[in-house]
Amino acid sequence: MFDVERLNTCISVWKDRPGALLPLLHDVQSAFGFIPPDALRPIAKALNISRAEVHGVVSFYEDFKTEGVAKHLLKVCCAEACQATGSRDLQQFVEDRFGEMPTKNQDKEGISIEAAYCFGNCASGPTIELAGRMIGRVTPSKLSRLLDDLD
Amino acid sequence: MKIFIPKDTSAVALDADDVAQALSRAQHALEAEICRNGSRGAFWLEPLVEVELAAGRYAFGPIGVEDVPELLECLPDRLEDHPKYLGLTEDIPWLANQERVTFARAGLGDPVCMHTYTKLSGFSGLEKSATLTSQEIVTQVLESGLRGRGGAAFPTGIKWQTVLDTPADQKYIVCNADEGDSGTFADRLLMEADPFQLIEGMVIAGAAVGATLGYIYLRSEYPLAYRQLSLALDIARREGYLGENILNSGRDFEIEIRLGAGAYICGEETSLLSSLEGRRGLVRAKPPLPAKEGLFGKPTVVNNVLTLAAVTTIMSQGSQYYASLGAGRSLGTLTVQLAGNVARGGLVEVPFGVKLSDVLKDYAGGTFSGRPMYAIQVGGPLGAYLDSTRWDTPMEYEEFAKVGGMLGHGGVVIFDDSADMLAQASFAMEFCAHESCGKCTPCRIGAVRGAEVIDKIRKGDRVNENLILLEDLCETMESGSLCAMGGLTPGPVRSAFKNFDFGVKGPDKSLSREGIS
Ligand SMILES: Cc1cc2nc3c(=O)[nH]c(=O)nc-3n(C[C@H](O)[C@H](O)[C@H](O)COP(=O)(O)O)c2cc1C
Ligand code: SF4
Ligand code: FES
Repeated sequence: MFDVERLNTCISVWKDRPGALLPLLHDVQSAFGFIPPDALRPIAKALNISRAEVHGVVSFYEDFKTEGVAKHLLKVCCAEACQATGSRDLQQFVEDRFGEMPTKNQDKEGISIEAAYCFGNCASGPTIELAGRMIGRVTPSKLSRLLDDLD
Repeated sequence: MKIFIPKDTSAVALDADDVAQALSRAQHALEAEICRNGSRGAFWLEPLVEVELAAGRYAFGPIGVEDVPELLECLPDRLEDHPKYLGLTEDIPWLANQERVTFARAGLGDPVCMHTYTKLSGFSGLEKSATLTSQEIVTQVLESGLRGRGGAAFPTGIKWQTVLDTPADQKYIVCNADEGDSGTFADRLLMEADPFQLIEGMVIAGAAVGATLGYIYLRSEYPLAYRQLSLALDIARREGYLGENILNSGRDFEIEIRLGAGAYICGEETSLLSSLEGRRGLVRAKPPLPAKEGLFGKPTVVNNVLTLAAVTTIMSQGSQYYASLGAGRSLGTLTVQLAGNVARGGLVEVPFGVKLSDVLKDYAGGTFSGRPMYAIQVGGPLGAYLDSTRWDTPMEYEEFAKVGGMLGHGGVVIFDDSADMLAQASFAMEFCAHESCGKCTPCRIGAVRGAEVIDKIRKGDRVNENLILLEDLCETMESGSLCAMGGLTPGPVRSAFKNFDFGVKGPDKSLSREGIS
């Protein structure tokens, strides 16, 4: 259920500060795991902007999700430095197993997958982020083991 | 005895936390103190464990959890028996041969220890600035020849002078910490290993132009940098380096961190400002320059992390010293970031003017795969792919432009001879399509079409016509784009076709358009 109190707490932190929308959305997302559709109207009202504007910002930025993701999120770096060390194979391995990126939601193994573009670990790629943890020098077999170790 | 094990994104991505844990279990028996230092940027040796004894700091690396028991057995008097023993850290040639200026402190100690920072001459640039007028500070920066490190290489002193000369009730310093280019990690390393230096640079910038508030726009992909910066800001505030009347200069300054949200285009300065204002990251037309009408319409300095960091050296050591490094119109040091398929990747700080081929020879150690180096993309996703005939170029902005390349933020992404250059050309278009802010049609639509056309070329579908179409598209993107995202994407695309032979011949320029349609 949508917890209005929690939303209001987030709003009250940022309401009167300049350029509040992005940090507020980050806070809302960490509170709810995504930006609940019902949150747009109160956010717009508090910041005195239109709901369309809030929606525009939410949809512009890759980070903001409008629905919950699976239990675990796997991001595969698909930028050049990781491509140079074999991220294309890794991407292939992931897509063979889970379907084409990005998978929107809950696949049966409880993993959402997403392409990412650089984690700043470009000297020891390919890089992934799995369940919030950055990991370098990832090969398909290493990823396979990491996935097996997830609960 | 003190044992160092870096708390750094790349080190941790290679299990440094687990190594630290294994070491701390033995801490008592050893009577050792464990320090989570920053990284020195030698990522090929991470996790790099250092053991400090009376004679100095001895290095071991890369150390996995499985190497720890043997390491413990070798302490403290049989160090050289360990298979990963590297000798004194300061004697490792890969580190010793560099000219570390901005990164001189990186990895030496706890990144958020104020005592370490000041002991290693931190805040001496700010102390100097506190005794100077705003104009005197700007003049020093002008005289140093410092050019922006974010990619465009604009003279920093000129930008600061404009902001200083524009009267306003509020001015801002914005640090561009969006570091979106693949193959770059220098900003990250600085923020994780030496965050006080960025803070010092921003406070100096504020004093120089009369700004009292600074924002660090940090990409959300850098959680550890966020943590270190937040800690450092709290400490700096407590110690009087932020807040009111800093060092009795009569000047106030505050800094706030704002997180990006996964948009590459927000590294472009006007898009970044839109984002900071809480809007979509749309690029704005210039003029007005941000220096005159920037954040919330106020005069704003937007500078890259490394630019602001360099200012601390210029103020403490003098503009003459800084200008004595480098070559041509590229002064100071360049932080080359060796990335991609490389055996010895990491951060190499050298004076501008060193040839790319010399950096490769002296530092890269070949590819990680062991195959020959083939293509090198310098300067991020908008930089050209250079074949081996172009590697002898001195690393200076103007020299790189002459061979159709750009230095950008200093990223050097190495590919071996298994690289599929057609796929890389296509990726450049796909990336542009994915990251376009959407304002200009040539960029938003052209890049999508570009990827399709390259796909047709790959399939052998009317190759010559499609090559001409691709060239047309590139020209339209170059001339019809508001910013370098659309405007420079043709760079990597063209260079992939032109500099590499993958069996597709370039369009026959002698054919008129009518002739083949
Ligand atoms: C598409 C695009 C992406 C950019 N990304 C960055 C970035 O991630 N970091 C950065 O400092 N500058 C970036 N820039 C350059 C900035 O627009 C701007 O020139 C820079 O922040 C100015 O600071 P400097 O003078 O200190 O380099 C980018 C430019 C473009 C066109
Ligand atoms: S070139 Fe692309 S990214 Fe730049 S302003 Fe135009 S649409 Fe936006
Ligand atoms: S390109 Fe993958 S981490 Fe930078």
